[in-house]
Amino acid sequence: MSTPLNLLDHLTLAPVLLPFATGLLLLSLRGQTIAVQRGLSGLGVLLQVVAAVALLLQADTGLISVYRLGDWPAPWGIVLVADRLAAWMVLITSLLALWVVLHASDGTDNQGSYFHVLVQLQLFGLYGAFLTGDLFNLFVFFEVLLIASYSLMLHGGGAARVRAGLHYVVLNLLGSAVFLLAAGLIYASMGSLNLADLAAKAAYVTPDNLGLARTGGLLLLVVFALKAALLPLSLWLPGTYAAAPAPVAALFAIMTKVGAYAILRVATLIYGDSAGALAQLFAPWLLPAALATLAVSMLGALAAQDLRRLAAWLVVASVGTLLTAFSLGQAGVAAGLYYLPHGTFAAALLFLLAEAFARRRSDSQDRFLADQDMPHHALWGGLFFAAAVAVAGLPPLSGFVGKFLILRASSGQPVVWAVILLTAVLALVTLAHAGSRLFFSPASALATHDPRGLEPASVHLEALAIIGLLGLIVALTVAAGPAYDYALATAAQLADPTFYVHAVLGGKP
Amino acid sequence: MNLFLAVMTPFLAAPLVAWLARSSRARAAWGAGATVAVALAWLLPLMVASFAGRTALERWTWLPSAGLDLVFRLDGLGLLFALLILGIGALVILYAHYYLSAKDSLGRLYAYLLLFMGSMLGVVLSENLIQLLIFWELTSLSSYLLIAYWRRNAAARRGARMALAITGLGGLALLGGLVLLGQMAGSYELSVVLTQGDAVRAHALYQPMLLLVLLGALTKSAQFPFHFWLPHAMAAPTPVSAYLHSATMVKAGVFLLARLFPVLSGTPEWTWIVGGAGLITLLLGAVVALFKHDIKGLLAYSTISHLGLIVALLGIGTPLAAVAAVFHIINHAIFKASLFMAAGIIDHECGTRDMRRINGLWKFMPHTAVLAMVAASAMAGVPLLNGFLSKEMFFAEAVTASGQMRLGWWLPATVTLAGVFAVAYSLRFIHDVFFNGEPINLPKTPHEPPRWMKVPVEILVVLCLLVGIFPAQTVEPLLALAAGAVLQGPLPAHDLAIWHGVNPALWMSVVALAGGVAVYTMRRYLFVLNDQVLVGLDGRAAFDRVLDWAQRLAATVVRWLDRGSLQTHTLVLVATVWVLGAVGMLGAGAPLTGGLALLPLDGVSLLAGVVLMVSALAATAWHRQRLTALILAGAVGLVVALVFVKFSAPDLALTQLSVEVVTVVLLLLALYFLPDHSPVESGVLRRWRDGGVATLAGGGAAALAWAVMTRPNVGMADWFLQHSVSGGGGRNVVNVILVDFRGFDTFGEITVLAIAALGIFALLERINLQAPYPSSVAPVWDVDQHPLVMVTFARLLLPLALLVSVFIFLRGHNLPGGGFIAGLITAVALIMQYLANGVQWTHQRLPAQTQPLMVAGLLAALLTGVASAGFGRPFLTSAFGHISLPLLGEMEWASVLVFDLGVYLVVVGATLLILINMGLLHHGSHGPDTALQGARKAT
Amino acid sequence: MQALLALMIGVLTGCGVYLVLRSRTFAVALGLTLLSYAVNLFLFATGRLAIGAPPVIGSALVPTDPLPQALVLTAIVIGFAMTAFVIMLAVRAYADLGNDHVDGRSEP
Repeated sequence: MSTPLNLLDHLTLAPVLLPFATGLLLLSLRGQTIAVQRGLSGLGVLLQVVAAVALLLQADTGLISVYRLGDWPAPWGIVLVADRLAAWMVLITSLLALWVVLHASDGTDNQGSYFHVLVQLQLFGLYGAFLTGDLFNLFVFFEVLLIASYSLMLHGGGAARVRAGLHYVVLNLLGSAVFLLAAGLIYASMGSLNLADLAAKAAYVTPDNLGLARTGGLLLLVVFALKAALLPLSLWLPGTYAAAPAPVAALFAIMTKVGAYAILRVATLIYGDSAGALAQLFAPWLLPAALATLAVSMLGALAAQDLRRLAAWLVVASVGTLLTAFSLGQAGVAAGLYYLPHGTFAAALLFLLAEAFARRRSDSQDRFLADQDMPHHALWGGLFFAAAVAVAGLPPLSGFVGKFLILRASSGQPVVWAVILLTAVLALVTLAHAGSRLFFSPASALATHDPRGLEPASVHLEALAIIGLLGLIVALTVAAGPAYDYALATAAQLADPTFYVHAVLGGKP
Repeated sequence: MNLFLAVMTPFLAAPLVAWLARSSRARAAWGAGATVAVALAWLLPLMVASFAGRTALERWTWLPSAGLDLVFRLDGLGLLFALLILGIGALVILYAHYYLSAKDSLGRLYAYLLLFMGSMLGVVLSENLIQLLIFWELTSLSSYLLIAYWRRNAAARRGARMALAITGLGGLALLGGLVLLGQMAGSYELSVVLTQGDAVRAHALYQPMLLLVLLGALTKSAQFPFHFWLPHAMAAPTPVSAYLHSATMVKAGVFLLARLFPVLSGTPEWTWIVGGAGLITLLLGAVVALFKHDIKGLLAYSTISHLGLIVALLGIGTPLAAVAAVFHIINHAIFKASLFMAAGIIDHECGTRDMRRINGLWKFMPHTAVLAMVAASAMAGVPLLNGFLSKEMFFAEAVTASGQMRLGWWLPATVTLAGVFAVAYSLRFIHDVFFNGEPINLPKTPHEPPRWMKVPVEILVVLCLLVGIFPAQTVEPLLALAAGAVLQGPLPAHDLAIWHGVNPALWMSVVALAGGVAVYTMRRYLFVLNDQVLVGLDGRAAFDRVLDWAQRLAATVVRWLDRGSLQTHTLVLVATVWVLGAVGMLGAGAPLTGGLALLPLDGVSLLAGVVLMVSALAATAWHRQRLTALILAGAVGLVVALVFVKFSAPDLALTQLSVEVVTVVLLLLALYFLPDHSPVESGVLRRWRDGGVATLAGGGAAALAWAVMTRPNVGMADWFLQHSVSGGGGRNVVNVILVDFRGFDTFGEITVLAIAALGIFALLERINLQAPYPSSVAPVWDVDQHPLVMVTFARLLLPLALLVSVFIFLRGHNLPGGGFIAGLITAVALIMQYLANGVQWTHQRLPAQTQPLMVAGLLAALLTGVASAGFGRPFLTSAFGHISLPLLGEMEWASVLVFDLGVYLVVVGATLLILINMGLLHHGSHGPDTALQGARKAT
Repeated sequence: MQALLALMIGVLTGCGVYLVLRSRTFAVALGLTLLSYAVNLFLFATGRLAIGAPPVIGSALVPTDPLPQALVLTAIVIGFAMTAFVIMLAVRAYADLGNDHVDGRSEP
């Protein structure tokens, strides 16, 4: 067989194995104090960030590293593939997870069993989904991250959560069934499950099998659209995310991006221009659905009565923006890839802020009602202002850069421009309204009772996590140049699947 | 470096000043003042250079791949505005120190002011258009904070939001416009763009681009029909108004028009839109201003009107008009700032701004009165004051323009009429406030303000006079420089003399002055007219209506879409799947049936099939009798297992069988708590609809299955069959795939099982359930008494079952079986102990919590994987050889056996964890749930 | 024979969908079970039907395609885990919401 691997060759596997090992360790140490669990969980995520950075640096050399599990050759064995896109997604996820774990450690994690175990295993599922090069293995990892997300969503319990959780679980179980149908159809008609192999075979599907292949592909689109909360399959999201515990909702900000990632991966690799009769299978559906999603989600945000629901609708909006960009050709993909981390971090930030306000505004929680000033009113006001600027895509933060890049990529498409610009106005109005209700409240200047009674156990972790997320957004803004260059290179890599195919199946591009 | 620092200084200083204010207001004021000085100091050397005709450029790489670098530029126009921003800013800072009452936070005001100042500097010193837009939006944001400074005041909040909404809308349009412009000109940088005028004007997208850019500029400069936000922004503290509405915020719009003048102007579209908007605004503002009783209201509309004047000049588009525009930008900034400050003093002293109550202040504050009157005269365009000069240039331009464009007399007439009203409202400001009888019950008795509060006003008024009397000596060089930068070309011949001889412009001025006096004297009738007609002319109503409408629309849409009903969500999902599936299938035009030869149908299979379908349909029909439905579903599961047997899938059959048992037990336990009947809820129509949907779905699935099964297999079976023995060391290919070829799937699969078990454990924590009925009347299947036969049987069965599972496990690699099936068999055997012996008995012998088993299993799987890495092989690489075991004889050993052992352990652990917790619940819910608690503590 | 299996898959799918559209958690859980049977059979069928040809080396001349069988086995396990979870969730919902309506409606 091949030459022995050295340690660095396992780098591609590291992001998948680290959270699994951490979770397993936490599970075996159950009964240890929560402090120990927090420490280990945090350490685990930290290591994941390191691994993710290393992987990104490796991918940035243009190398597509392929890891043959069990040392079996593709397409028969399962491979992990770390190209630019996968490395990008892994890094974003690990960075988000870092602050989520930190925030949860202020007490949320203690409201039920296994919180950190579940978070680690959820990350195991996420990284696996981004890295795997096999369709059925993707299904397995989807199930891993879903079953973990079910429990996380229900963490802490409560009627609202259970009610929303039931919807979330049932819909996703149906989604999984559809995924199996799609996988079956694709195997039956194209004779493979390995993504690269499918890409190579797409152009040679016999006319007789074409119908099955097309159906399989479109059912995949449905599954991914359900995960990404793309209209008409987005309506489950607001209720679910608004009910989930804040750090979990923040972590879920990446979950919709998994769907978006899967759509982008499959659309470029298998159903790209070189796919013969299957070329651009998704194209007719994607752009309209994305634009509709963007428009509707903004109306939802406008109608929201509290910050959690507003944030949830904005998650949908960011998916709409993202998939709009992804359906605008190579330039659009690059713009979208730059926008992706911004949308993720900004949404997470808003969820954490909503929680912070809910904890500090005794009567009205995070609802848009007049109430007494919170302790450290100015600080929270400033943080919300910054978050709102980020979310609304206003200068100077990365959201604006993303919007600018998307507009550049779509000039000459009046409909796209109209939707993007008008929804941006809506976002501006909505957030201004929310902000003035939350912070310019005409109620009496300060709480009559001691407001500090409302403060959570550890204010520092909470504030630190929020500021950390904001820091990520600022960093993405300052480093817009390198980040966008990476996105451009990624889009170029995706535009020509032969690199990927040859990396996996061997041979020369 | 300097430019960058000049722009950044206010931003960096803002928090510092806010912090200084904690100690003392004076310190804060000094700090803010110093900030301005520092910024000016950075600019000074470059200003000298730019008087020498050099344009300074500084580049900071940011986003080169998208043509977006931070590039700063200082030319004449930027210099003029920078001076206005910093100069008037300094005066406002001084003024605010005295204006703001002790209970308001001066630090916050200064911080916001400095943020705004930095943003404005950024706008006027930007070389890159997108960068210009960034600062442009920052001015909108910081002005939002400034206008909403008195956050408890509803008017302030509303005014701020309106300003933000309108300017924000403009800003987004502008973004679009500038992106287009950049693509037309091939760059976003002015030094390129300004040279591309002809190319841009000839471009196909010129019109949409122009519209977007103008939308941005005109909203910012409060031009008709977007003018209405400005008066509502007057809810801000007066220093803020003095700053935003004289020299800065609203001037950003005209700055942009002037900046892009060489590129955009000179087309009919430009002339008609810009000129038209300007003229309408000029007249409208002047007329409405006369009828405002609030001093700041009057000044606000006069500001709108004067901005209209500047915009109209730029619209006319001749070089001389551009010069006049720049000149009026300067003049208006000077006199309007001083007037706002004077208004602030009056407000400050009288406690009101209503001109119907403020009269005869001359006696109380003569000094302030003089200052205000001079400034107001400048606003009216009285000779010897700066306002007069630029206004006369405007008149002259109007005459020539109407000549060139053959507009006849109406253009001069319109501007003269506007001049008339300008004189009238200025006259009203002077006469009503300082004379016109006695004050009417003012909140406080007015007197002269603190000395230093008047200094800024004095400085500005002196400037009005200097510029008005000695234009050539004072303003000319600056004007020439700025105008040159606007035109990007040779300056037209112009002379800033006060006396140009008797010409149309002079007559128009005379008419304006005389007419103004006349109008003011007969204002009574006009006020009547106004109350009947003009009062409705407020865009705010429309704005609010639009906002309400949007909100209501949103509410309706969301209510309609997001009912929070699972059934709706499910229906939508099923429908989507069906539609896309159909499109996929039909879109290809391939026949449904393939060419594969069919297998003959035999009676037994037919029977089995019928049984399956009948019981499925029956389960559906009687789903309300839950127990019945459950049993029927169980029957379906058994037939499915038979199908696997029939079509050569022994492993699947075994798996299906064992899973079936566990699932049914689980459902039974669940059913114990849930109601055993479902009420009839959905009406007949609903049921028919769902039935239809279900039929379609079923039909679709059947069609797809048929299409698949009638086509030849294109799969990759051969490779697996060939390599199973040689590569995987096992003859049962399915098992080899599971534990070796695709072991990673199994790795994830057992993780899913483990997580599910953990999740269920967490789910059942602190659950509060009561048994639906006391044990005495429990239904038969709810066995809590343990018949002797069953007990003995179960206890005998246990070792046997364990033996079987070991056997199944070991042979799995070569014959149907394997870790998963073995695990389930073990689990079932153990479950039977619970069912037969009850919880207590079993707990003395078995742990209630089985996480350790799962941990061990997952660990085994992990270690087999990692071990291979030790041999320089990838994760999960297998190895195998031969050993001879008693009983089983010669057989292969394979490292995957350890992996499979992991699978076994996880299955046993997870299944037990799920079932035991449910069972404990079941047991505990009867009496005081000691067993439940005890068991849960057992870890 | 293929027709029969296709028909079975169709009926299972139809019944599953109908039950999933009901308003009570137990019916939904039952429907999901039927659906997973249907999907598993479908996935199994993608290996095409063969009688007396188990994919065990040496036991048949032309063994059938083993891969779909392996996939179905994985699917069954995962399906089992999911079903178990959703059932427990139903119980929990009943305990917390006081009724077993899928939307947790209070009126029975």
